Amino acid sequence: MTAVRLRDAVVLLGSFPALAGVDLEVERGEVVLVRGPNGAGKSTLLHLCAGLLRLSEGHGDVLGCDLGDDRAAVRRRVGLLGHDTALYGELTAAENLQVWARASRVDEADVPGALERLGLPTRLRDVPTDRLSAGQRRRVALAAIVVRRPELWLLDEPHAGLDSEGREIVDGVVSAAAAAGAAVVLASHETGPAGDLATRTVTMAGGTLAEGLEP
Amino acid sequence: MTAWRGLSLFAGDAVLVASKDLRIEWRARTALGQVLPFAVLVLVLFGFALDANRPTLRLATPGLLWMTVLFATVVAVQRSVAVESTDGARRMLLLSGMAPAAAFAGKAAAVAVQLLIVEVLLVPGVVLLYDAEIESLPLVVATCVAATVGLATAGSLLGAVVAGVRAHQTVLPILLLPVSAPVLIAATRAFADGFGTVAVDGWSWVGLLAGFAAVNAVLGAVVYGLLLEDT
Repeated sequence: MTAVRLRDAVVLLGSFPALAGVDLEVERGEVVLVRGPNGAGKSTLLHLCAGLLRLSEGHGDVLGCDLGDDRAAVRRRVGLLGHDTALYGELTAAENLQVWARASRVDEADVPGALERLGLPTRLRDVPTDRLSAGQRRRVALAAIVVRRPELWLLDEPHAGLDSEGREIVDGVVSAAAAAGAAVVLASHETGPAGDLATRTVTMAGGTLAEGLEP
Repeated sequence: MTAWRGLSLFAGDAVLVASKDLRIEWRARTALGQVLPFAVLVLVLFGFALDANRPTLRLATPGLLWMTVLFATVVAVQRSVAVESTDGARRMLLLSGMAPAAAFAGKAAAVAVQLLIVEVLLVPGVVLLYDAEIESLPLVVATCVAATVGLATAGSLLGAVVAGVRAHQTVLPILLLPVSAPVLIAATRAFADGFGTVAVDGWSWVGLLAGFAAVNAVLGAVVYGLLLEDT
């Protein structure tokens, strides 16, 4: 079943075409790596798939919801890890996830388990997240996605700032999500560790997708 | 979904956002550490400036008090905007799927609570410092509530408008102060009646304040989602 379907998708940021005619299909259970240099449009592609950006031209649907007029429904069903962590620095990891769980109407009881799964030590769960390291904050942000159990995971540079243990944990979480039937789109400027996770790799440059490359 | 269920979810989300913002404020101590000292300082400095003429000071008390509250509103709203701007936290509100109107209500409620705390300290402050006398406590209380809701809703709405602007800290006062002029005028008149310094119908001014608050609340509830997406 297709989770993401884009046809000639164009996203204009002002007059700049951040996406200039992208065709992409991602099936459930697939892990697709979008590789490309800085400024290629990878993050824009993820934000479009998350329903955070408007489609300027072309067609697209995510999880069966139209990206033109049903973006709110898309947003409720995806998990997005961006360059920033979208955490409230004054709140602890547990508090951030509790707010997120309540707002997303998912079970708050899953919060400790998600933090455990991402390997955040117990002693750090009640520390304001602005006192955590960049890698620890990234783990908390990923734990927020785990709590929600989305049908589509959109992860921008998921290994950035993580140590080898963190990378292994992230790989395990992503693989498990795909095995459970979620679609995963990873974006990275290099093939690196993300390439090992991917079942398919596509290359992006100048806002368009180049020929697909099998890992 | 029944209307009751919808209302219950709306209220739950609004309370969630408001309690989140207030908890953040309590930890950051911005309201206590900056807004309150700032407000008290403004009031004291006005007192120094006009002390030679005590009747003038008493006459000007309502205006000085609401000018101070207006400045405090700018600081509180700036902080409210910063909470969502830092590290892309605004995305949490967008992706959660909660009704944008509920998020707006929560953000405005958190600002309103902070302003009410400021007012609860300022009103006795002017009674002590400026030798003012309260003639109608219900009128003073009603004015505080209506004006605060108006300032908090207008501030939260304009905060969302400027959130994506690079220089939002300077743009916000430029927009908020003129937009809040009706609150300043109406609250000052109503307080003048409540303090017995001018013979006007204070309750009619409270009605104007309530109207201003209602318009901004409805406007914010309608457009907040669009503003959130565009920033």
